[in-house]
Amino acid sequence: MKKYIEIVDQIDTSTVYAQLSHPHSGGICVFVGAVREFTAQQEVVGLEFETYEKMALKEMEKIADKAIDKWNLQKVVIKHAVGMKNVEEPVVIVGASSAHRSECFEACRFLIDTLKETVPIWKKELFKDKTVWVSAHP
Amino acid sequence: MEVLFFGIAKDIVGASHKVFSTNEHRPNSVGELKQLLIQEYSELAKLSSLAVAVNSEYALDHVPLRDNDEVAVIPPVSGG
Repeated sequence: MKKYIEIVDQIDTSTVYAQLSHPHSGGICVFVGAVREFTAQQEVVGLEFETYEKMALKEMEKIADKAIDKWNLQKVVIKHAVGMKNVEEPVVIVGASSAHRSECFEACRFLIDTLKETVPIWKKELFKDKTVWVSAHP
Repeated sequence: MEVLFFGIAKDIVGASHKVFSTNEHRPNSVGELKQLLIQEYSELAKLSSLAVAVNSEYALDHVPLRDNDEVAVIPPVSGG
């Protein structure tokens, strides 16, 4: 399989190497997004993610296909978690493998940047005294 | 026609979906749906953006809505 695209309850970071490894790939690049403890000096208790899964998977497929075309990738991984996530937990993992390193580095950046722009996933920041939907308001 | 709400839009509307039956006056396009929703729920107008998906594809205002469409209101996304 060339693409591993999933919405999951938990991100398993241990499988990504095997999924991206390929005899024609000399470079494998992976980005993992995790829950950070502080946002604008405020302590975050956790993040809660929800998605419109059917559409999210379609959008993730489009991003993967574009990246495969543009950088001639052998394999692509895009996985995002949903539900409640605590500080330090991984919430998203994207990765690419290619013949040489520059292609997979660039592709990886494109995968995460585009995911953040187009994939219907929403995150709510939970603070001690309030909850905020991220980026909802200007 | 079923309209799904997610994220902050779900909180504003107070429901995860709403059904427009064929009999009642229902919006005929994505633009009409947005207008109708903003009239009823003015907080939606304060969001950074308000997109609509028809059958799980982003759709511009001119796209027509049909009875069997699955329509979703997409507030600003914030994955990652």
